[in-house]
Amino acid sequence: MSRLLKFNIFRYNPQDETSVPHMDEFVLEETEALTLFIALNRIREEQDASLQFDFCCRAGICGACGMVINGRPGLACHTKTRDLPGEITLLPLPVFKLVGDLSVDTGTWFREMYHKTESWIHTTKVFDENALEDRMDNEVAENIYELDRCIECGCCVSACGTARLREDFMGAVALNRIGRFLIDPRDQRTERDYYEIIGNDEGIFGCMGLLACEDVCPKHLPLQNQLGFLRRKMGITAIKTLFRK
Amino acid sequence: MQTIYTDVLVIGAGLAGERAAIEAATAGHSTICLSIVPARRSHSSAAQGGMQAGLGNSCMGDGDCPDVHFEDTVKGSDWGCDQEVARLFAERAPIEMRQLAHWGVPWNRVVPGKSTYFKGGQQFEKVEKEENAGLITSRAFGGTAKWRTCYVSDGTGHAVLFTVDNVCAQHGVEVHDKTEAISLIHDGETCFGVVARSLRTGELITYIAKATMVASGGFGRIYPNTTNAVICDGSAHTAVLDTGIVPMGNMEAVQFHPTGIVPTDILVTEGCRGDGGTLLDVNEERFMHTYEPEKAELASRDVVSRWMTHHMREGFGVKSSYGDHLWLDIRHLGEKHITGKLREVYEICTGFLGIDPIHQLIPVRPTQHYSMGGVRTNKDGAAYGLKGLFAAGEAACWDMHGFNRLGGNSLAETVVAGGIVGRKIVEYMEGTEVLFNSRIIDETYAAQKQRIDDLVSGRKGTESVYKVRADMQQALHKGANIFRTQEGLEECVDALQKVLERARTVGLRTNGKGASPELAAALKLEGQVKMALMVAYGALQRTESRGSHNREDFPARNDRDWLVRTLAYWKNPDDMLPTLQYEPATQVTEIPPGDRGYGKMAVISSDDSKGKEG
Repeated sequence: MSRLLKFNIFRYNPQDETSVPHMDEFVLEETEALTLFIALNRIREEQDASLQFDFCCRAGICGACGMVINGRPGLACHTKTRDLPGEITLLPLPVFKLVGDLSVDTGTWFREMYHKTESWIHTTKVFDENALEDRMDNEVAENIYELDRCIECGCCVSACGTARLREDFMGAVALNRIGRFLIDPRDQRTERDYYEIIGNDEGIFGCMGLLACEDVCPKHLPLQNQLGFLRRKMGITAIKTLFRK
Repeated sequence: MQTIYTDVLVIGAGLAGERAAIEAATAGHSTICLSIVPARRSHSSAAQGGMQAGLGNSCMGDGDCPDVHFEDTVKGSDWGCDQEVARLFAERAPIEMRQLAHWGVPWNRVVPGKSTYFKGGQQFEKVEKEENAGLITSRAFGGTAKWRTCYVSDGTGHAVLFTVDNVCAQHGVEVHDKTEAISLIHDGETCFGVVARSLRTGELITYIAKATMVASGGFGRIYPNTTNAVICDGSAHTAVLDTGIVPMGNMEAVQFHPTGIVPTDILVTEGCRGDGGTLLDVNEERFMHTYEPEKAELASRDVVSRWMTHHMREGFGVKSSYGDHLWLDIRHLGEKHITGKLREVYEICTGFLGIDPIHQLIPVRPTQHYSMGGVRTNKDGAAYGLKGLFAAGEAACWDMHGFNRLGGNSLAETVVAGGIVGRKIVEYMEGTEVLFNSRIIDETYAAQKQRIDDLVSGRKGTESVYKVRADMQQALHKGANIFRTQEGLEECVDALQKVLERARTVGLRTNGKGASPELAAALKLEGQVKMALMVAYGALQRTESRGSHNREDFPARNDRDWLVRTLAYWKNPDDMLPTLQYEPATQVTEIPPGDRGYGKMAVISSDDSKGKEG
């Protein structure tokens, strides 16, 4: 006999003047290998067509479906109900602006982050169509990719104590982005340049070291190591700057 | 009504659209990409395997060059492609890979010295050259003479999209995400932009542009089982076909990928087989080499999917509560390889199936994966029928894939075509004056507003959008799948026409306020059914087998009568069938139709005397 799952889902449509924030309850019979992707779509198609949530690749690759699942930020698409108790509470990710119900606006937040971190290769080199590519050690490429695997789901920011306290904190995702460019030999920025971006309380020195970011990262990025590495690096840069004065 | 003006408007912010946007922005044009999702969630990010480009850096790709790549692509297309376009693509691909390296893509690189690899379950040794150390390396993919697929682990699409989106941010390309184009604005000659709907607020926004580009990806979601993301639903195509004057090319050419996992239909990359993985049947025995002695598991996708389906029909499928399937075996590749170069595959198997691919077999079967058809363009990416409208990537029928595309050729196409078409858009911008007609803009806006009001009020009926959509998907699945027959296709067309009538009487269950997912689904439904009819009716009329289009009642490739591309128009909104026209597959023929070297089938040669009407 399969379980009857009880879903408590946050509801609010800011575009509907009659809507007030509240929780709605839905009951669904559990089927084999049920994921939150399948469950939420079934609820929308069979019980309440107004339910808002975001899915895209539904394969854990694109990061669209971050939400708070029984108190913990995670990707809904790869969350199997058999790993959860019979009562499942779903809330939208905090920090990001609410679109409606479980859907939030991550796009605006992340595009601002790209500009804050200048999330691109800074180089004076001009691309030459007729030249061979610059050589790179395969291990360097693999190390860059390790940090490039971030899918910008927003889970780390939602789980971050500092980000919840202060709106201007950049979060692990932005710090990891800086770490990615710092180890890329193609980026000509110096440690001093990176210090300008993250050498402050909005950046690496704001981190309280609670490390929920690493706990919830669905791609298992080495965020603890990254934050430690950057803190040390930026600390040294700060001291160097001090003595230069 | 909010109106936004931009020089260049791109529908879609995946690789093709953003690559073109970079060309426009760096040439000084204001450029906006509209996207249903934040740019980096576009389906390009899910492409795992890699991009084909004839660089020839790895020892297994030694001697590779655009000529060999071109030949593989034409054979792969079963001579359905435009050879001029395939040539353009193959020549440009290596340069584009280097451009991406310059922008920051962490391509895997050549590591000199000895290493081992697997083929057909057996281990071999190779030695990479010292002089190529650190250059972009490549892996094997199906239907290729050389190891040609450049890759970043098995997250190539992700890594390239992040890089290209970074460059967009750098150059001031605006991405308006959670915004869906629902109608083109045009006067029958020139495209002026689109009416779009905000998926944040539900508000309608008019975008006016000198040049508009469709780069919205594929439309696999008109099938019930697809590897495609939920956003790949063809909504931008519905806006294009609604013009009645822009045709869709080769809509019957639908690719089924051999390794969608069972259940959930998520893709595991062709790289699994490229890196030496094998396909096993119910007896856990290999079978592909008995059908394809030469290429075995690495024949082209259409051929492998066909043999897999055939083998299951012969009774060698594994029974499961989700239907028959086969096994993919990558156990022999070892833990380091699987958790390194096939890491995404490892995560998908453990995360979604609860299967550890280092020790266990992966359940797979052929699953809808790619749309070779799409908005028909010329070699510059300019759409047929409307000035100022362009298309590139999977959304377009450019047409380098013909009736079957090779693995690694579509991801490469996104950036190569994006670059080429982007530069053509810049040329167009510089030589064109566009007069915007405000009456037409207002009328299009009003018509869309009316369409929404009708759906919300239920004036046309009360059909459920989700039920009608499911019936469309099932009809297509049943009749326009890997193996096709006249009877099955006639039934399919018949069923879809009934679905079309119901799609015209959909009414919402909700008030449609705000982002309203129900309204978003309803707005595209009628157009989706029309696309489904283009697939089914095009397949019914095409009485031959070519690439992925396989007619059991017409098993031969017929170069005498069918070396043509289907152009499907939806001339009047109230029509019940598309209007089909045909054009020669290619104007330039470098390689005349011949044997592909795999997937042996009968061929009716163009020299055979009996004509089409004879």
